[in-house]
Amino acid sequence: MDCYLDYNAEAPIKPAVRDAMRDAMAEVGNPSSVHGYGRQARRAMEQARERVAALAAAEPGDVIFTSSGTEANNLALKGAGRDRLLISAIEHDSVRGPAPHATILAVDGDGILDLDALEATLAEDETPALVSVMLANNETGVIQPVAEAARIAHAHGALLHCDAVQAPGRLAIDRVRLGADLLSLSAHKMGGPQGVGALILGDGLAIAAQLAGGRQETGRRAGSENMAGIVGFGVAAALAEEDLADVPRIANLRDRLETEICALGGALIGNRVPRLCNTACIAMPTMPSETQVIAFDLAGVAVSAGSACSSGKVGPSHVLEAMGLDRGLASRAVRISLGWRTSVGDVVRVIDVWSDLRSQGSGSAAGHEG
Amino acid sequence: MSSTEARHLGANTGAGANIKLPIYLDYQATTPLDPRALEAMMPYFTEHFGNPHSSTHEFGATSAAAVERAREQVASLIGAEAREIVFTSGATEANNLAIKGVAAFECEHRKGQRKRVITVITEHKCVIETCKHLGRDGHDIVTLPVDGDGIVDLGDLAAAINDETLLVSVMGVNNETGVIQPLAEIGALCREHGAYLHSDCAQAVGKIPLDVNAMKIDLMSISGHKLYGPKGIGALYVRRRPRVRLLAMIDGGGQERGMRSGTLPTPCCVGFGEACAIAEAEMESDHERLAQLRDRLLEGITANTDGVTLNGDRTRRIPGNLNLSFTGVGGEQLVAALSDLAVSTGSACNSASVEPSYVLMALGMGSERADASIRFGIGRFTTEAEIDYAIQTVVGQLSRLRG
Repeated sequence: MDCYLDYNAEAPIKPAVRDAMRDAMAEVGNPSSVHGYGRQARRAMEQARERVAALAAAEPGDVIFTSSGTEANNLALKGAGRDRLLISAIEHDSVRGPAPHATILAVDGDGILDLDALEATLAEDETPALVSVMLANNETGVIQPVAEAARIAHAHGALLHCDAVQAPGRLAIDRVRLGADLLSLSAHKMGGPQGVGALILGDGLAIAAQLAGGRQETGRRAGSENMAGIVGFGVAAALAEEDLADVPRIANLRDRLETEICALGGALIGNRVPRLCNTACIAMPTMPSETQVIAFDLAGVAVSAGSACSSGKVGPSHVLEAMGLDRGLASRAVRISLGWRTSVGDVVRVIDVWSDLRSQGSGSAAGHEG
Repeated sequence: MSSTEARHLGANTGAGANIKLPIYLDYQATTPLDPRALEAMMPYFTEHFGNPHSSTHEFGATSAAAVERAREQVASLIGAEAREIVFTSGATEANNLAIKGVAAFECEHRKGQRKRVITVITEHKCVIETCKHLGRDGHDIVTLPVDGDGIVDLGDLAAAINDETLLVSVMGVNNETGVIQPLAEIGALCREHGAYLHSDCAQAVGKIPLDVNAMKIDLMSISGHKLYGPKGIGALYVRRRPRVRLLAMIDGGGQERGMRSGTLPTPCCVGFGEACAIAEAEMESDHERLAQLRDRLLEGITANTDGVTLNGDRTRRIPGNLNLSFTGVGGEQLVAALSDLAVSTGSACNSASVEPSYVLMALGMGSERADASIRFGIGRFTTEAEIDYAIQTVVGQLSRLRG
């Protein structure tokens, strides 16, 4: 199997990241130790912090390293000290999970946050709130009006958290222009390692640590720092700039894939609005998502139905449901996501397999109907 | 150390071997990654890069299989079942999850009848801080003292434990003194009262034989980078029979059977698993070798200088730790003089602190002696030549400082 098109679940690690990590792993220091080994580890970690900050046009001192994007989202929602939480209907499970009692903000048929609903909901209640809106959706790639949402939130004294996990290398991120008081990142979605993420804070924003213990991360996140992971994250963050230059190529590949699959009878989802260059969400009218994903796998192509975390779950995606998509269509959607290693050959391959499955699928569907 | 910073010594060390300075003697802060563990990890960075939770395609399935194999390796080292292992980002997270998770479940599902949580004064900072956090939430926190050797008195525990005790948290091996606590006896007491026993075994796993069933441990925290595995990975053992219930602290995709959400770092899990397998195979021989090195270091120092005291029990300790107090010198002065040795005065997490170690103070010593204490941590890659160089340095610098 060599056709990997599931970059929104996991971007293959870049060689420079791996090499930097291998070197870091050969070193012994605990960055919290005061001796030379510890100090050297700390320097490497602080360089990585600068690189991650630069990725989001933020200050290094505002970057808190965590063990994942999920932990960063949890820290933001639980640690910001706001009792009232408002989240968009299309947020990732790692935002929905820590906010079980949140008010859900609707999205329109294209999957874009309803700003009027946000305004109205905030106006209803004066309790200081936290609004969480992702920068780009992991299933459809649809880009959210985060800066506008932030202006509305701030006008009501609310904080804005932005889960920007899918954006690096695909979309320039500027924490200040987005107006995000808290912004989450994950290394392994941008060619960095699994096991490391970051929460970036706005100027002077206090956060209550969720892990008690040592004074690491200036008391905002306890636990010995994941040195090699952090170093790898730093390299990946620096390389994400180069990925931005690759956006037109990826967009062309994605558009070709969509055009051809559409001509074969595929239904595109979320394609009428600005979205990430690399994401295609396509329904095959004749075959349920789960069956498609397995058939693609047997044909040597890795794609997914919804997010990786929900792989084991059954039922249609909450994202597509929130968009008001017809249930039949939603349950036949598959996400194809491209990235730095994707070639024309991969795209041709997935189109071929899609075409094969479509012809098989229509046969069996016709059988059922007949 | 970069090559420019490292200095090399020649034949004057006796063994004639090149010694990289400073000599790393801080194995309780973190251990070097075993090259065998690193080798096991490398394919999972590049060839097998899948998200282990993408169970529907081969890339994900390959990663998932590697994670499950690692889970078995971790479980095997402590006599547990693979499905009792919850991967975390490290022991700090595991300790937080164990203590807060059990307390949260008790409050939400059992009306919080059991309010008492018992811990020990020499626990790692993250256990103490987590217990304080529970104390602010209305739990009744009892902190047990230790004796002059650093050991918990079972009589004290027996007096403190009652049928309202939810959890007892006692570490297996202390990070500063290397002292081993009597976990099996503590486990038996806990079981009698229906209290859970949690043990922070970050310093114990792979160093001393542990068996969660024989010791009646219900929750155990493990760290990858303290047993020659990678940083950024650890585990919490959560007993299934009788079942320990806890609430997750990190919510989301529901990974780790709902107890800990977030994408698992496959290479780190693999390296951690491999490190556990190596520890299981080599614990005995490592133990023997380290005990010899430790004895050599202690004898070498005490034979050539006066005013040295060993902190912590003489026999109930791991061989890789030697915590010594020196009379007639100040702590900071001593550490500065020992710049050829990467040693520490206490836990890495508190290294920025200028306070004397609370662990050593708990053994009954004054702040002056606690302050003039050094932790020598030796491990798998420590050589005899390094120990001899360390002896020379300590003895020489002490005589210089004491004038």
